[in-house]
This record gives sequence, structure tokens and C-alpha cells, in this order.
Amino acid sequence: MEQPLLADHPGGVAPRRLRRRLGKIFAPYLLSLPAGLWLLALFLVPLFIMLSLSLQSCNPGTGACVMTWHWGEFPSEINLYHQQFLTSLYFAAVASVIDLVVSFPIAYWIAFHGGRRKNFFLLMLLVPFFVSFVIRTVVWEFILSDNGIVLGTLKHLHLLPQNSHVLGTGVAVVAGLAYNYLPFTALPLYVALERIDKRVLDAAYDLYANRRTAFARVILPLTSPGMFAAFLLTFVPQFGDYVNQQVLGGANNTMIGTVIQNAFLTNLDYAGGAALSTVLLAVALVGIFLYARVLGSRAIAEYL
Amino acid sequence: MTTTVAASSENETAPVPPRAGPAAHDERRRWGRLVLAGYSWLVIIYLVLPIVVMIAYSFNKVVTGLPQVSFAWNGFTFHWWQHWKDIPDLTSSFWLSIRLAVASTVLATVIGTLLAIALVRYRPPRFRGKGFFEQILFLNIAAPEIVLGSALLGLFVTINLARGFVTLLVSHVMFSIAYVAVTVRARMAGFDRSLEEAAHDLGANPFVTFRKVTLPIIMPGVLAGALMAFALSIDDFVTSDFVSGSSVPFPVWVYSVTRVGIPPQVFVFGSAIFLVGIACALSSVLISRRHV
Repeated sequence: MEQPLLADHPGGVAPRRLRRRLGKIFAPYLLSLPAGLWLLALFLVPLFIMLSLSLQSCNPGTGACVMTWHWGEFPSEINLYHQQFLTSLYFAAVASVIDLVVSFPIAYWIAFHGGRRKNFFLLMLLVPFFVSFVIRTVVWEFILSDNGIVLGTLKHLHLLPQNSHVLGTGVAVVAGLAYNYLPFTALPLYVALERIDKRVLDAAYDLYANRRTAFARVILPLTSPGMFAAFLLTFVPQFGDYVNQQVLGGANNTMIGTVIQNAFLTNLDYAGGAALSTVLLAVALVGIFLYARVLGSRAIAEYL
Repeated sequence: MTTTVAASSENETAPVPPRAGPAAHDERRRWGRLVLAGYSWLVIIYLVLPIVVMIAYSFNKVVTGLPQVSFAWNGFTFHWWQHWKDIPDLTSSFWLSIRLAVASTVLATVIGTLLAIALVRYRPPRFRGKGFFEQILFLNIAAPEIVLGSALLGLFVTINLARGFVTLLVSHVMFSIAYVAVTVRARMAGFDRSLEEAAHDLGANPFVTFRKVTLPIIMPGVLAGALMAFALSIDDFVTSDFVSGSSVPFPVWVYSVTRVGIPPQVFVFGSAIFLVGIACALSSVLISRRHV
């Protein structure tokens, strides 16, 4: 980006020139002021309040909290809910890997063989987003119900025992997570694959690489930052998700999101909920910072 | 070293073997591409399947007498589409979502576009704190939504602000700004500053320059950002769940009835939103294809 011309234009009267110069000095700050204030008041301040809430003692009946620097909330909450944290980590990791495996070939196909219909196929990848997230999940409850399209058909064909079911199990939760967040994986992968200079691939073939070698030694290394970005962009929201678990899962596979939602909205246990939220954010940040450390801090932003 | 030189000099005289291999190789390649295409269409069918199910169930008869979607197929009816307004809470939550999405889109698009212009145009030392801004935007997008929602709830509880339309609006604007800014900035990447300088040299003041030169050029990016903000707002569940209080937007209302049984009108609304959205998107794809 060029620096704007600083030389004043001839003919301007002095106060106007001064105003223009002042305007130029303050322009970047004026332009970013509304966004800055908004994000400060409704993003940064709330995060600090959340941290401070986790150190307060709250009255579970009224929800009134007093600052007591009570660090004990963290170990006691983690002690109580480590199982739910582990379940969330496990489900989100499995669903993200499924998403990577499922969406890599289609992202590859669109990037390399999409031709003129590329935009149409990209739109098809985004098609779930045109239906409300909650409705999508509810529809999966229908599809996976005991006599629904999938199980009913398989039972009819005697491929599954009559008493088998999926709803309420971890399988249903992972299936819902994998479906709902597939576009989060597919689009960054597409961006990464699309960016590969096709001449590099031609060079590999010119140097007698066969297709497998070209894939393993050219395409995979060039897309691996995109793959990690896609994994993170899918894993982080899945980790905090509670809709899929509440609609498709059961009592024995509660995820941490459900615990946090209950703490805030049902039990009015703001201190406990804030402590759990803080841990959730910390886990997400660890992943993001590890990524930034290895592949550069701007790298993820390129795939957004 | 010497061997490679010898080999390459030898190659100049020897015929170069074909790199792609014999016809069998091409044949395999064509098959590979077909398998890939077939697989991709399967994925697309998988993505579309729940939507087809949703639309189908919006035409499903209900035999129990209770206005709840049933899992079994009972026959085709237009009843639910004709009586789409029969559940006042659902209808009002839908209009609330529309009002909320329009208002938050307008605010977030203006604020996010201004920020994007600042980020594209200035860098330190003219714009100190640009890096910090970018980190905040990134953190805002990357943070799990439940963290945003619970933190906002903590704020509103702490300052004793009653939850309702206002808290929903400020929250939706908050999570949309970063997406708008990122979208607009990406579309502004190839922006030619000399056009603005030309307008300036021709005597246009900064506001006229912005309105007549800058804005028309960045308009596609701004529109893309606005669409993004609208889609994010109208579909938002998690943040809204935490900050909605007494005024309940559409996704939160739908969620609240998942336990007691979903009225088929929910699927009518879902199908209608889908059809309008996909029509807009398809027409924009067609238009962009015509321009290319």
C-alpha cells in the first residue's frame, strides 16, 4: 500500500489546508473509532468481566455476586466437569477429522476440476447455511430417529437389528457436529487448494513425478497450513457447541457447552459458568497460539 | 555432481521419454476424475438431504390432532403453508429476527466498512495499533460463540441491563463487525488509490471522493459483508440464547419447542427462508458468471 500524498495542493486556503492535514493525521483513528469502541465495550470488557466473575462468590438463589478473589472455582469446576470437557474434546476432534476426510476430495475436485461451475459448487457447499442451524439439527433428529430414513431403511433390509438406535448416543452427536460444521472445513481447504500454483504441479510432472508423488510431495505440503486452519476453525466451535448434544445426544454424553449453558441460564451460577467459559476459551486459545507459533499469526486469518 | 551433469548432457541427445506415460495411464486418470466427481456429488447430496427432508415435512399431514411434526409420513397437505400464521409466538419471533437482522446489518456494515478502509489504507506509524486491531478481530472470530454469549450475559448482569431487543442488537452488531471488516478488506485488496487521487486533483473534497469514487468501487465488497452480517444475525442461536431474555428471536424460539414438539409451521418458515436465500444466492452466482 502506498503512502498517501502528503504534499499540499496549491491554491487551498490556509485553514482548509490545516483541517485537511489534521484530517489526514486522525483519519485512521476516526475510521476505526466506532468499531474500536464497540468491540471494547462488548467484547474485551465482557471477557474481563467473565474473568472477574469467575473469581467472585455468587448467591445461587439470586445470582448476586461479590468479588472475593476466590480462585477455588477453577479446580472445583474442573474437578466436577472434567469428564464433560474430555467428551467435548473427543467429539469435536472426531467430528473435525471426519470433516477433513470428507471434504478434502470435494474441495480438491472443485479447486482443480470445477471449471466454469466453480461458484455453483461452492454455493452447494454453503447450502446448509441457508437453513437455520437449530432446524438443521432438529431435522437430523428426524433422519436418525429409530424408524427414520436411515435406521428404518437399514432395519427394513435387515442390515441392522430391530432394537438398534443412534439417537441419544455419541454417534448421533458426532454425526450432527460433522454435518453442521462441514462447510467450516471445506471452504478453507478449497481456498488452500485453489491457491496452489498449477505450474508447480506441472513442474513436478515434468520432473517425472507420478500422480501419487505429486500429491504427496507437492499438494499435501502446500495445503497443510490450510488443513490445520480448517481443523481449528471447525474444532473450536464444535468444542463449545451444545445444540447438537442437547438435540441428538443423551444424558451420558453431556458436553461442556451444556454445562455452561445450564450454569448461566438455569442455575444462575455465574461464577461457576464464568470459570468454565474461561477454561473453554483457554483451551481454544492454546490451539490457536500453537498454530500461530508454528505457521505464523496471519496464516489463519487468510482462511477466514 | 559430475554424474548429474553427465546425465543431463547425455539427455540432450537421447530422446526424452514421455512424462505422462502410456494410454493406460490416461485411462486411469480419467477414471480417477470420474470417481472424484461422483464422490463430490454424493457429498452435495448429503449436504442437501436434511433440507429436502425439512421441505418434505412441511407438507406432511398430522393425524394426532396436536400441531406437532410427526416422524411418520401421513400424506401430503398444503395445510401448514396456508396456516403459516397460526402460531402467534412463532410469527412474532420471526419478525423480531428480521427486524434484528436488518438493524444489526446496517450498523455492522457501516462500522465494519469504516474499519476495513482504515485497515487497508493505513499502516503504522500513521495508524498505530493496527496490529492490535487485527489481533482483536481475529480473536473475536476465533473465540467459541458460547464464550462470547456467556461473557455478554455476564456484562449485562453486572451492569444490570434488562435483556431484550437492545441487548440482542448490540451483541449481534458486535459479532458481525469482524466478519464485515474481514470481508470488505479482502475485496479491497486490489483497490487503486490513484483513482481517489485523480478525483482529489480534479477538486473533489474527501466526502465527494468517497461517495462518487471509493464507495462505488468497494460496493461489491460492502454488499458481500452486509449479506454475511445478515446471515449471521438471522441464524444466530448461541449468543441470542444467552442475551435474549424476554424478546425471543426465531432460532431461540424453535429451540425452546424442540423438547415439547415442533409445530410444522417451523418447517414452513425454514423452507421459505431457505428458498428466498437460495434464490438470492443463485441469482448473484448467475450475474457474476455473466460478468466474467
